[in-house]
Amino acid sequence: MGSENTPPPGPAIRLAGLRRDYGDRAALDGVGLELAAGESLVVLGPNGAGKTTLLRILATLLRPSGGEAVVLGCSLPREAWKLRGRIGYLGHEPLLYRDLSGRENLRFQARLHGIRGERAEARIAELLAAVGMERRADERIVELSAGMRQRLSICRCVLHEPELLLLDEPDSNLDAAGREVARGLIGPDTGRTRVVVTHDPERFLPEADQVLRLGIGEIAAVS
Amino acid sequence: MTPSRHAFAAILAKDLRSELRTLQSLPAMALFAVTTFVIFRFGLDRTSLSGSLAAGVLWATLLFAAVLGINRLFVAEREEGGFDAIRLAPIDRSALFAAKATALLVYLLALELVTVPIFAFFFLDSAAALPPLFAVLLLANLGLAATGTLISSMAVNSRARDLLVPLVLLPLVVPLMIAATGATDPLLAVGGPGYERFGTWLGVLGLYDLIFALVGYAVFDFLLED
Repeated sequence: MGSENTPPPGPAIRLAGLRRDYGDRAALDGVGLELAAGESLVVLGPNGAGKTTLLRILATLLRPSGGEAVVLGCSLPREAWKLRGRIGYLGHEPLLYRDLSGRENLRFQARLHGIRGERAEARIAELLAAVGMERRADERIVELSAGMRQRLSICRCVLHEPELLLLDEPDSNLDAAGREVARGLIGPDTGRTRVVVTHDPERFLPEADQVLRLGIGEIAAVS
Repeated sequence: MTPSRHAFAAILAKDLRSELRTLQSLPAMALFAVTTFVIFRFGLDRTSLSGSLAAGVLWATLLFAAVLGINRLFVAEREEGGFDAIRLAPIDRSALFAAKATALLVYLLALELVTVPIFAFFFLDSAAALPPLFAVLLLANLGLAATGTLISSMAVNSRARDLLVPLVLLPLVVPLMIAATGATDPLLAVGGPGYERFGTWLGVLGLYDLIFALVGYAVFDFLLED
């Protein structure tokens, strides 16, 4: 699991001149920053500014078109394979199979991350209890509300105890109790390095060590 | 890195569990095949078929039934984020290819378990050809599974998926179908199974399987990149 890895020397994330093009259009251009281990970066910007693109590049799901991206000591995209399994990614989609139950989905994820047997069952039970989903864990995902799916998605995100959390609108679909639950697993007190994409600066700015503002057709600004 | 055999087992078990629960592919494949046999039965107005005609009816039907399953092979990965979840895990992505090809192989075997006896009931005078036919079915299924998995993974990101799979797959499986019908033809000959060039055709099927399994294993990782 991620927590068993030795923390890399230097910053957890270092970006320099990062660019990503979709055809002729630059979705990201000239993004640069350094984020130390354990710090939180909040990414702000209007729709289409490239926030999700940035997160997907950091998650190794997209290749950068140019510039430098070093995440947990791994240079992307060349060393992406070393990074997988050390990242917890919470995207717009819950990444859960609709026809499997929450518990079956988490078991599947655990096996992909090399967590098996009693260790997996104990970890899954612990997370389901943490998000208050023990009673609904054996229902198929398609039968659950969006908020419940988000709770399970948070479990999936932290199941393998990742070093780096990449969170895209982590509070979406969550009620006040759900947000409190989420805070315990993916909040700043977990001590993990976090990148949070949000449209809700009031909620997340107090947690930020750094803020990245992305604009459409503008140079990214870090503060 | 998670051992590939664990990742393979996890993905295969997930796919088979989903199919057993939802029955999205197998019933459609079986219904298509049975309906096609009925159409041939009355369209050809023959109570018995033999040789190349019988082999042609069997393989054309199985191939088009297989296309239905191939079309849906990666739909859950595409629509429910499975591709991302698998790409985020520390696994060799070839495990996904192997697991999907094995799942498709299981679907094809299940399809044939139901439809080949129906074919025999409609068109064959005796069931003597069925035991050796199993070897042909198995080798042709392996080739269809390897090629189908490869094409399905490429087509799934396209909105024209249902059109793209047959357009790309069918030309690629022409050699496989020639070998499968070539091996099946003498087995279904009038007067009982014969084995003329049977071994040669099985060799061709095996070679096809090997080539496409290796191609799939080699290129699948690149197909999953953005």
